[in-house]
Amino acid sequence: MFEIYAINKLKKHNMFQFFNSDQKSLQKLVREYVEQEIAPNAAEWDEKDVCPDHLWPVLGQMGFFGIFVPAQYGGPGLGLTERAIVLEEVSRHSAGLGIAMMTHDLAIAAILNFGTEEQKQKYLPQLISGEKIGGLSVTEPTGGSDFGNQNTTIEKTEEGYVINGRKCFITNSHNAVINVVTGTSGVNEKGRKIISAVIVPEGTPGWSAGRKEHKLGLRGSVTGDVICNDLKVTADCMIGKEGDGSKIAMHTIGHFGRSGMAAIALGVIRGCCEEGVKFAKERIVYGKPISALQAIQLIIADNQVDYEAGQAMLYNATSIYDSGVQCAPEVAAAKLFVSRNAVKAAERTIDLMGGYGVINEYPAGRFLRDAMAIIPSGGTSQIMGIIVAGNQLR
Amino acid sequence: MALNIAVCVKAVPDSKYYDKITIDPATRMMVREGIPTVISDLDKHALEAALALRDKNQGKVSVFTMAPESARDNILEALAMGADEGFLLSDRVFAGADTLTTSYTLAAAIQAKGPFDLVITGNESDDGSTGQVSAQLGEWLGLPHVMNICSLTFSDNSLQLTALSEDGSIDYKVALPAVLGVTRKVNKPRLTNIMGMLKAKSKPLTVLHYGDFPVDDNYIGLKGSPTQPGDIYAPKLNRKTVELSGSPEEIADRIVQELCKAGVRQ
Repeated sequence: MFEIYAINKLKKHNMFQFFNSDQKSLQKLVREYVEQEIAPNAAEWDEKDVCPDHLWPVLGQMGFFGIFVPAQYGGPGLGLTERAIVLEEVSRHSAGLGIAMMTHDLAIAAILNFGTEEQKQKYLPQLISGEKIGGLSVTEPTGGSDFGNQNTTIEKTEEGYVINGRKCFITNSHNAVINVVTGTSGVNEKGRKIISAVIVPEGTPGWSAGRKEHKLGLRGSVTGDVICNDLKVTADCMIGKEGDGSKIAMHTIGHFGRSGMAAIALGVIRGCCEEGVKFAKERIVYGKPISALQAIQLIIADNQVDYEAGQAMLYNATSIYDSGVQCAPEVAAAKLFVSRNAVKAAERTIDLMGGYGVINEYPAGRFLRDAMAIIPSGGTSQIMGIIVAGNQLR
Repeated sequence: MALNIAVCVKAVPDSKYYDKITIDPATRMMVREGIPTVISDLDKHALEAALALRDKNQGKVSVFTMAPESARDNILEALAMGADEGFLLSDRVFAGADTLTTSYTLAAAIQAKGPFDLVITGNESDDGSTGQVSAQLGEWLGLPHVMNICSLTFSDNSLQLTALSEDGSIDYKVALPAVLGVTRKVNKPRLTNIMGMLKAKSKPLTVLHYGDFPVDDNYIGLKGSPTQPGDIYAPKLNRKTVELSGSPEEIADRIVQELCKAGVRQ
């Protein structure tokens, strides 16, 4: 039988109700850490545009990296849902740190899902512990979505491979030391480029970071070019076999990348919800808090509805993946929905705050900048739409 | 020497929800229903002290809490931090205990589940803040006890302690077994990580009811408590705005007069 509440006793549920007890405990644990260690510094990281990479060993010790990696490689053996919980909590306060952590995990995911046993044993423990920072370099100046047209070359030699090319818009470009890089390793019989993926170990000569981008949002993460100039790796750096690059990149970005970006966007929406409510209760106009005004209440409601709907979509998609089923279209739908609504929620929150909304002492402006920067990260809304539609039209 | 350490932790209302706490006018007790609980801050320092000693010297850390069954989550948190086992003393007959009966019940359980080389508590709790339980535990257990500890090391089978006093500090050398009450200065509690959280589930957590360990009925629960709360009421916080006009000096004089009238200043 349903419990009947009087209206004033209605419970306030801010947690996705289908999390299991471990996931609820995890959320509490991460939230406590984030409120203590990340929230007080988030505005400064944004303003100075610095990535707090000194936190990597601590974040690793907390178990926040490679949360989906089995214990044999140093992870806790959880799933994409738990990873999204961590990223949502971090991004509630610092979406910039969120994307840096998210991208670090992409290197982990690519190696875990497609690497050899030796590669997993060698690289995963140092990435999961936060001893080393990881990155995934796919996008090129010719465009990220035109994936098959990569100009970076991975040329086979007697000793291994030689890589030449430039990647752009790469998160962790200047601080990642273990990098997964895609490129063209030949042409097939149909004239299409064969895309492969290799691991570039730390300190490999020929690897350098190029231009560093000055971003609108997601500051607190480093984004820029990486350059491979006659970069030589041994044959055992190839992930999977030659030609597996598309599969590796699509699976990694399609599941881990976009669910991560959706989680980051969800964190931004929750920031809007919480900061909006706080401000509305504190700001006195006409002799009473503006939360008493119905126009303000409707903004609060719209933010909350977007948050709850976004939660449902994201955690539904991650649960599908965790059940062992690939679900790139569901993840794309979640990323499309949540990232678009993060922009709307941030705009609404600025409306709610009036003049204070555009003052940088308040986080609403940062939320908007972060939300805007989330849209192209991992694929634009239009690309997400094409993936969703393509799945429906099959 | 491996150390077998008992740590007493208290589940207190999460300070984020203090504004939601009410007092039952009939029983004059706090209504905590629906208010999430956390481990009292100083008790985390007590736990950290125990874990550090165990990590260095080997042994075992056992956590004791007297609370409703909902405090299971708080014990799990202590286990996630690294404690080896947890005991939750939970029974209706233990409810309503003042500090004396609380410390008696905890001491009885510690005695039953021991022996322990050390018992460590926070100096005081976040909610009641009486600062009595630690010393009372020492008395019930017949052990030396030191409070206000800001520094703690263990070597040559004895403890070297520094305890804060009103105008300085006092150094102690204490033989085991002993009971210690620690301050915030003693350490920085470790963060609970995901691996600890997952391991906690498989660690032993025992709920001890009335009858599971020997107690004297005259010293437990509300009935055994020699102190009973008197009248408790929520202060009325009606706000009144008074506009003061005049020159800055006149207004300052007026403020001082008003403060004196209100008893804030003599």
